[in-house]
Amino acid sequence: MRGVVKSFGATRALRGVDITIAPGEVMALVGENGAGKSTLMKVLSGAHQPDGGTMHLDGAPYRPANPLQARAAGVAMIYQELALAPHLSVMENILLGIESTRGPLMNWPAMRARAAAALKQVGLEDVRPDLPLRRLSIAHQQLVEIARAVALDCRVLVLDEPTSSLTRKDIEKLFALIRQLKARGISVVYISHFLEEVREISDRFTVLRDGETVGAGVTKDTPTDRIIALMVGREVAELYPRSARTPGEVLLELDGLAGRGKPESASLGLRRGEVLGIAGLVGAGRTELMRAVFGLDAVRRGRIRIGAHEGAAAPDVRWGQRVGMVSEDRKKEGLAVRLSIADNLTLPRLAGLGPWRLVTPRRQRAACRPWIEKIPIKCAGPQQAVQGLSGGNQQKVAIARLLHADVDVLLLDEPTRGIDVGSKAQIYQLIDELAGQGKAVLMISSYLPELLGTCDRIAVMCRGRLGEARPRADWNEHRLMQAATGQEDS
Amino acid sequence: MSTATTRPSIFHAPWADLLGRFVALLLVFAFFAVMVEDGKFYTPRNLETILRQSAVYATAGLGVTLVIITAGIDLSIGAMIALSVVTVASVLNLGGGGEAATIGASEAQYLVYQYPVLLPIAAVLAGIGAATLAGAVNGSLVVGARLMPFIVTLGTMGVFRGLAKGVSHERDIYPPESTWIGSLMDPTLTSATRGWMILPPGVWILLIGLLATGFLLRYTQLGRHIFAVGSNEETARLCGVRVGRTKLIVYTLCGFFCGVAGLMQFSYGGGIGQPTTAISYELFVIAAVIIGGASFLGGEGSVLGTLIGSLMITILYTGGKMMGWPQWVQEMVIGAIIIAAVALDRLRHRRAT
Repeated sequence: MRGVVKSFGATRALRGVDITIAPGEVMALVGENGAGKSTLMKVLSGAHQPDGGTMHLDGAPYRPANPLQARAAGVAMIYQELALAPHLSVMENILLGIESTRGPLMNWPAMRARAAAALKQVGLEDVRPDLPLRRLSIAHQQLVEIARAVALDCRVLVLDEPTSSLTRKDIEKLFALIRQLKARGISVVYISHFLEEVREISDRFTVLRDGETVGAGVTKDTPTDRIIALMVGREVAELYPRSARTPGEVLLELDGLAGRGKPESASLGLRRGEVLGIAGLVGAGRTELMRAVFGLDAVRRGRIRIGAHEGAAAPDVRWGQRVGMVSEDRKKEGLAVRLSIADNLTLPRLAGLGPWRLVTPRRQRAACRPWIEKIPIKCAGPQQAVQGLSGGNQQKVAIARLLHADVDVLLLDEPTRGIDVGSKAQIYQLIDELAGQGKAVLMISSYLPELLGTCDRIAVMCRGRLGEARPRADWNEHRLMQAATGQEDS
Repeated sequence: MSTATTRPSIFHAPWADLLGRFVALLLVFAFFAVMVEDGKFYTPRNLETILRQSAVYATAGLGVTLVIITAGIDLSIGAMIALSVVTVASVLNLGGGGEAATIGASEAQYLVYQYPVLLPIAAVLAGIGAATLAGAVNGSLVVGARLMPFIVTLGTMGVFRGLAKGVSHERDIYPPESTWIGSLMDPTLTSATRGWMILPPGVWILLIGLLATGFLLRYTQLGRHIFAVGSNEETARLCGVRVGRTKLIVYTLCGFFCGVAGLMQFSYGGGIGQPTTAISYELFVIAAVIIGGASFLGGEGSVLGTLIGSLMITILYTGGKMMGWPQWVQEMVIGAIIIAAVALDRLRHRRAT
């Protein structure tokens, strides 16, 4: 197997990406969300056709017209959101599309044998091949997906943020597996923005920013700061503005809050003019905490006080108490993407747009225009459907909704997930302005530099328990990570 | 991104969409106008017949449009219409002397005797009330028991139909005297005495309902909430929309409109309380709503579209009959048109995004 060379000159999302991977090498592809990693993945996997540039696999031109051809050529993808059929058995998932058959009939014994062999290679020899997939843990499901790639006899394995929902122990196992695959001559493209992991597993790295390759090198020869500077493309201080904030009275107070399952116990006090961050691993219960406060999930025990209001309440009541929330999942929950910007933005406060409580489309549009200009939201006008906007502009619509409702307490769950750096900068700026105006902001983020950059205080959630909120000067990425994984000493 | 700055094509604007559907309707109409011999298709009398039949579908369709916009479905509309029809007939029957009044309260008979004007009013209220209540039952099951609307209304389709048969003792009810309810859908264009109405009263009722529902959807908070719930229920909940309440209202309104459609069906059917009336109307009505541009995925639909869809179905049906097509050909043509309409929509959407 000769070196794999790929280079693209695609427009927009990818403006010129050059990547090379040698056999048996782990190459980390790093970059902010929106840097073009996922588009690159889609080009690699044949889901998108590049508009320009060339790709070579083993010296031969590689131009998959669809994902099937890519798989046949030996390029396998493991997406962040697993692409498995939960109701089918493990072996059916592994051999989906390449089943063993005798004529039209399934050859179950052969299936079982092949699946078992693939499972063994990924260290899942204890898993019965005929178990329904949904009975497996997320970590094991991911390994099943890798087993699927192994069963295909792949030569290039692309892993997209593979550790985002794994525990530290499972991550160790995954890394061991990657090293094994590497030893067998399989090339691994490892996409991540967790630089600690990149440092641990990769031989070389390539940095993507705004659809371009902006740097590459040997991982162990490059300091982490250098990689961050390449990823962000600007000084950190510039990205996170910070005007004078004067914390006022406590607006949101939680005491021993517990939901159904998670959170188990959460206490905090959020002041006016303050940005309070919540760090933690995915699955620690941060989102559930926010949902319980906002009345989207049940509250089992504990106290919630918002201003003069005591107790749990439904979302419509919370809006009335001048509390608003931005969901972590823009497409599924955050926005009604097929409706217009105007409909989405004005939904929490439709009454009072004009006389007689009538909601005319004209009034809705008029209510939107100031926000579209101020934030700004790049669009054709308030009547445009949200699905036509870029991720960053969609997110700005979701946040503008809170401004339209004129809330005092903003609950932001991963407000910058999956958006471009430019939009991020605008959102940081906005958060800073709002805090300066005396609003209270509670913000969940998995991206530690962002928390350290925007927040005044940060609390860490670990296994359903929220730690004490401390000034950001007391934290750094390392300490936050330790607290999030429950390794805090004290 | 370039997608953020391109203006949506005018062909995707709501009015252009409706215009397209209207043109399609005209084409179908023109087809039958040419093909049916001697211009019989566009005689005033036939046009009025088409309107009268469409009115029943379209009135029930108003309610179904609301339900489908919330991404729900109501299969029980035929049964709710029947329930309304037999309730109206049974109440009218109270005035019909001794043996017919099986519910038998002599006080009721006395009242009817004293105030004959009240009887039709009571019948209307009872008919609409029964169907509205039925709609509220659908809504409560969908919201309260968190069941799939398809399953709930598949079940209540049987329950309400059975109830209608129970109320009428599985027989057609012939109310003794004809009242104004029975003449709601009587022809006006060809009538010497009712010509001033221009259209049958039932068609006017439909138009009023259409305006009211259109206004509700476009200009009120509830209307925008209905669209929001259908487009993305999670988003609606996040934005403080009381999703359950909205759905309950929508299913109840659907029952209400079926009740009104029941009055029309009662008249259209010659003033007889037939428990087996309006069978498989749910299919016609749902088809009309879908041809009118509503999406089963929710968040889309309009009352004018539903009106166009109802006219389309009726024209196909009447026209086919006048062309001498056998029943089986008519059924196949209507089925094919529904699929073609939805396929066209899909194509248009794909081009727009």
